Amino acid sequence: MLYPDTVESEVLVHKPWFVVSIFAVVLALCLISNLTGTAMGELMRPVIGDPLQSGFYGRFAIALFIAVSFCLNVVLIGFAPLKVQIAVVWLETLLLFIAFSTTFNLSLPFIWEKLPFLITQGLVTTIYISAISIFFASLIAIVAAVAKLSNNGFAYAIASFYTSFFRGMPLLMQVYLIYLGLPQLGFLIDAVPAGVLALSLCVGAYMTEIFRSGILSIDRGQWEASRSMGFGFSLTMRKIILPQALPIIIPPMGNMFIAMLKDSSLVSAIGVWELTFLARTLGQSTFNHMEMLITAAVIYWLMSICLELIQSRIERHFARSKAR
Amino acid sequence: MIADKIIEAKDVSKWYGTFRVLTDINLTVGKGERIVICGPSGSGKSTLIRCFNRLEAHQEGEIIVNGIRLHNRMRNVAEVRKHVGMVFQQFNLFPHMTVLMNCMVGPMWIKGVPEAAARKTALRFLERVRIPEQANKYPVRLSGGQQQRVAIARSLCMEPAVMLFDEPTSSLDPEMVAEVLETMTSLARDGMTMVCVTHEMGFARAVADRVLFMDSGRIVEEGKPQDFFTNPRHERTKLFLSQILSH
Repeated sequence: MLYPDTVESEVLVHKPWFVVSIFAVVLALCLISNLTGTAMGELMRPVIGDPLQSGFYGRFAIALFIAVSFCLNVVLIGFAPLKVQIAVVWLETLLLFIAFSTTFNLSLPFIWEKLPFLITQGLVTTIYISAISIFFASLIAIVAAVAKLSNNGFAYAIASFYTSFFRGMPLLMQVYLIYLGLPQLGFLIDAVPAGVLALSLCVGAYMTEIFRSGILSIDRGQWEASRSMGFGFSLTMRKIILPQALPIIIPPMGNMFIAMLKDSSLVSAIGVWELTFLARTLGQSTFNHMEMLITAAVIYWLMSICLELIQSRIERHFARSKAR
Repeated sequence: MIADKIIEAKDVSKWYGTFRVLTDINLTVGKGERIVICGPSGSGKSTLIRCFNRLEAHQEGEIIVNGIRLHNRMRNVAEVRKHVGMVFQQFNLFPHMTVLMNCMVGPMWIKGVPEAAARKTALRFLERVRIPEQANKYPVRLSGGQQQRVAIARSLCMEPAVMLFDEPTSSLDPEMVAEVLETMTSLARDGMTMVCVTHEMGFARAVADRVLFMDSGRIVEEGKPQDFFTNPRHERTKLFLSQILSH
C-alpha cells in the first residue's frame, strides 16, 4: 500500500468533469473506429436494423451505447467498497479477454480433445524443468552473490564474469550454445538437461544481483553484533544475514520465477516437448493454431497466478517480525 | 597480578588511511574493574573499545585480551569474542528472532549449550534486566530502553569476562536512559568487569573505579572519579567537563 492519508479524498470517478471527459473520449474512439461490422453491431440490430446498412446513425447509436454503459459502470463501481471494486473490475476485464478470444471462433471440441495431452506432457515438462532450474539457479545465485561480495579476487572475477556473460546474452543463444556446443567438447547432452542447464545459469545470473543487493541492504550493525558474539562468517551469513535479506528479496525473486516459468518456453527451440512446443505442433496439422496458443497462454497465466499467490503467502509469513 | 588483567593495551596506535585515530594508548583493565571513557565526539573512544574485541584492527602496539594477543593473522578471534560482551549504541538486536532467541543463540551456537539450558540461562538474565515478560516478542515491539536491556542480557548470556559498552544510552529518550543505567549500575555492583564509553557523568561518578578522558586519539587524563570531576588537571578536561556539566 502507498502511504494512506487520514483525510478521505473525493472519489475521482464521481467528479462530473472526469465522467464527462471519459464519456467524450470513449464516444470519440467508438465513432472513429467503425463498429457496425462487429459483434456490437449484431447486438444492436433490434435498434438500428441491419448494422451494415445503418450508416452514421448506427455508428453513433453503438458508440453512444458503449460510452453510456462504460460511464455508468465506472460511476457505479465508485460506490462499492474496495474489495468489491477489485473483484468486479477483475471479472469485467477477464470477460473482455474471453470476449476477445471468442472473436477467433475457436473450436472448443478441438481444445478439449488436445487438452489432456497438453497438460500431462507439456505442462508437466514445463513445471519440472522450471522447478529444477529454479532450485539450481538459487544455489548458483547465493554462491555467486557471496563471491561477488568477497574480497577474494579470484572468486570476484569468476562471479562477475559469470553474471556479465549470462546476463549479457540472449537466453535462446545460451540454449543453443549449450545444446549444440557441449557435444563439440565431447559432452553429449540431452535436450532436457541442456535446457535446465541454460535456464539455471541464466536465471542464476540475474538472481545473483538480487541476492547481492539483499545482503547489502542489511545493516552493518547486524554483522558487528553477530561477529562480536563470536559467530563465524558462515554462521552469520546463514542465521543472521540471509534470514533478514530473504523478505527483502522475495518480491524480485517472485518476479524472477514467473519470468523463468515463461522463459522455459525457449527450450522448445531444441525440441523439448514442453507446453509451447506442443502448443505449436499440435495445432499445426489441422491449422488450429489459435486454439492451442490461447490454451497454452491461459495455462501459463494460471501457473503464474499460483506463483503470485505463493509469493504473497511468503510475504505475509515474513511480515510477522516487522509488525509492531 | 598478571592473571587478573583482562585487557592490556600497550602503545596502541591506529590509522584510518593517513589519519591517526589512536595515539600510543596505554590501558590496563583488571578483573572486576569499572572503567568509564569519556571525551568529545571523534576523540577515538568508540574506536578504542572496538579494538578490544577486534571489530577494529590496530596497527601498532599490543592488545592482550583475556590472555590472547590480538593481531592481523590470529585464528582464534572467536575465542576472544566469546569472553568479551559488547553493547552497541544502536542495540543491534537480531530483528528476525524473538527476544528469547536473541539471548539463546549465542550460548547454543558458540558454546554448544543444549536448547533447554540456553532457555533457562536466557530467562534468568532477562529476569536480571527485568523484562522476562517480553521474552516471546520480536524486538521491534519493544521500546528503545527495553531493547538495550535485552542487548545487555544477550551479552550476559555468554557469561563474558568483560563487558564493553559503546555509548549504550546515546540513542535513547531521557526516561529510558535511566532504566538502562540502572541495569548497568546493578551489573557493576555484582562485580562485572566493564569498560563503558558514555557521557553519563552521574553514572561515571557512581560506579567507575577510573575515569579516562580522551581527546584526538590520546588518553589525556585518567583518575578516580572524585579527583577527575572535582580536580581535573588538564585544560582540555576542564573545558569538556564545564561544557558537559553546565546544564
